[in-house]
Amino acid sequence: MKRKKYNIIFSVILIILLFVILYFAKLYLDDYKSRILNLCAIYTILGLSLNLINGFTGLFSLGHAGFMAIGAYTTALLTMPIPIKEQNFFMAPLISPLDKIVWPFLPSLILGGILAAFVAFLIGAPVLRLKGDYLAIATLGFSEIIRVIFTNTQRLTNGALGLKGIPNTTNLFWSFGIAVITLIVMILLINSSYGRAFKAIREDEIAAENMGINLFKHKILAFTIGAFFAGIGGGLLGNLIGAIDPLMFRFFLTYNILLIIVLGGMGSITGTVISAFIITISMEALRFLDESINLGFFTIRGIPGLRMVVFSVLLMMVILFFRNGLMGNKEITLDILANKLSKKPLTKGGVKR
Amino acid sequence: MTLELFLQHFANGISLGSLYALIAIGYTMVYGILRLINFAHGDIFMMATYFAFFGVLTFNMPWYISFIVAIILTGLLGIGVEKAAYRPLRNSPKISILISAIGVSYLLENLSIVLFDGRPKPFPTPNIFADVINIGNISIQRLTFIIPVVTIILLFLLLFLVNNTKSGMAMRAVSKDQETAQLMGVDVNSTISFTFGIGSMLAAIGGLMWALKFPQIQPLMGVMPGLKCFIAAVIGGIGNIKGAVIGGFLLGIGEILLVAFLPSLSGYRDAFAFILLILILLFKPTGIMGEKIAEKV
Repeated sequence: MKRKKYNIIFSVILIILLFVILYFAKLYLDDYKSRILNLCAIYTILGLSLNLINGFTGLFSLGHAGFMAIGAYTTALLTMPIPIKEQNFFMAPLISPLDKIVWPFLPSLILGGILAAFVAFLIGAPVLRLKGDYLAIATLGFSEIIRVIFTNTQRLTNGALGLKGIPNTTNLFWSFGIAVITLIVMILLINSSYGRAFKAIREDEIAAENMGINLFKHKILAFTIGAFFAGIGGGLLGNLIGAIDPLMFRFFLTYNILLIIVLGGMGSITGTVISAFIITISMEALRFLDESINLGFFTIRGIPGLRMVVFSVLLMMVILFFRNGLMGNKEITLDILANKLSKKPLTKGGVKR
Repeated sequence: MTLELFLQHFANGISLGSLYALIAIGYTMVYGILRLINFAHGDIFMMATYFAFFGVLTFNMPWYISFIVAIILTGLLGIGVEKAAYRPLRNSPKISILISAIGVSYLLENLSIVLFDGRPKPFPTPNIFADVINIGNISIQRLTFIIPVVTIILLFLLLFLVNNTKSGMAMRAVSKDQETAQLMGVDVNSTISFTFGIGSMLAAIGGLMWALKFPQIQPLMGVMPGLKCFIAAVIGGIGNIKGAVIGGFLLGIGEILLVAFLPSLSGYRDAFAFILLILILLFKPTGIMGEKIAEKV
């Protein structure tokens, strides 16, 4: 018990430290760098939510881009000021209640998440009866259907033109604040009886069912919670970039998040956080491949798109040679760190979870 | 709608459907033998069109030689993909292989954007295919007739290969039970390579026909047809060659007729296939021709 208390105190101190660092980061970093940090936090949220579905519950879902689209569009439509809405919808006016209301950021985000979760709940009821690759293709199909619908509903989403001039509300405090909340929710969820049920379903569905776990209830719970956070992540992303259109939410977006959880380790929370940062930062760092490099005496011509090739080769290498990713399904916990630092013998019961 | 118009749409539907069928066969063969959705199938299809494109325009080959070279190269590409990306993972969990397939698809797309440039290129269409035939008031491209004929011929060749030859028997054995087949002296690896080669060559033929029908090629052209043909294979009952053909025709004709009869819904054309897929998975998960496999615990 004592240890648990220390853990909580230590976590609170860590979080406060993080926000102090963020405060200084906000003061001293330029726009570009703080944007990358924002993206890191948003990809952490998205990675964690996909990992809950894919890594912990073992449901191979590829529908994340669709849920993100729902969140992004809801948040954007609710937070855009009325004159900008009129500017955007010059082809056909926005449908009636939406064109007059402007909500603050937080309720819009939460509503975006709730709508994404609601759609996931509706989709989940039929789709979660499927298994393995059928589930993958059905969820992929649903996310494509959502995208096609958004392309065609001119008066609701402005169709293929997308939305421009979304207020840039997302800043470091929003993105990291929500990332920390997501992290805490995930840790609590995974270590609860629900989390153990999720893992049991991942390991062996039939055995889990025999132990009295209600398969459908737990699957749909994981799916809905994952979609909720995907919606929130999408909302943050939309209000960070400032412009969204349906093409942004193609399944390539899902692949990027999939890469994060594969590299981090399917079923590892700390792994996901680490790899979200690694991947987002290296995506930017590899940008030099697309541009010309001037070596003084001669210039290497940049090849646009080479960055993505390097990226996909990386994905293949991780799958082929480091199948468990960085962390496998292990975690870095405070207990392990404390033991490493103090060099004392292991506590009773060991540190393995 | 007049009868002529309907017939015109119907002919279009049949030719699109037979294209879908051709590609769906490749999916179904790979799935039948490895139980794996080959996400890269659509991109292999795309590579074939580029091979032919460069054969005609860069190496100045006549179109038929260039097509044959493209089909062979694509078959080799398929075998290479299987060797590099799927074979090392054969005994690992299904999700790893699936992610590997997604990785291959992503890699091929990005690689071709770098190598071939992302902008769409016009595909050279030989006159034999482009000529228009007039029957009464209906005018139809000759290609519209050629595609179904090619599909039917290939279907029969393939059925003969699978049912009446020794390698076909090996394929069926491996798809039933890999270990037992190995014990019976079947070379599992080369059988799987062979299947991938055939499947990829079918994708290549489908891709070339596709490029003749919609003469513009670009690196992402394989994505949507790839997904739709997978759906066609599922509708027909995945793992079943005749089923894939039926599914392909159903999907192609349904899609064209949807656009023809309900033009207001034409924007939802791409969603149609997915809605059909989900309905099929819910009500008859094994597809039209699929057999039910009991799961042992």
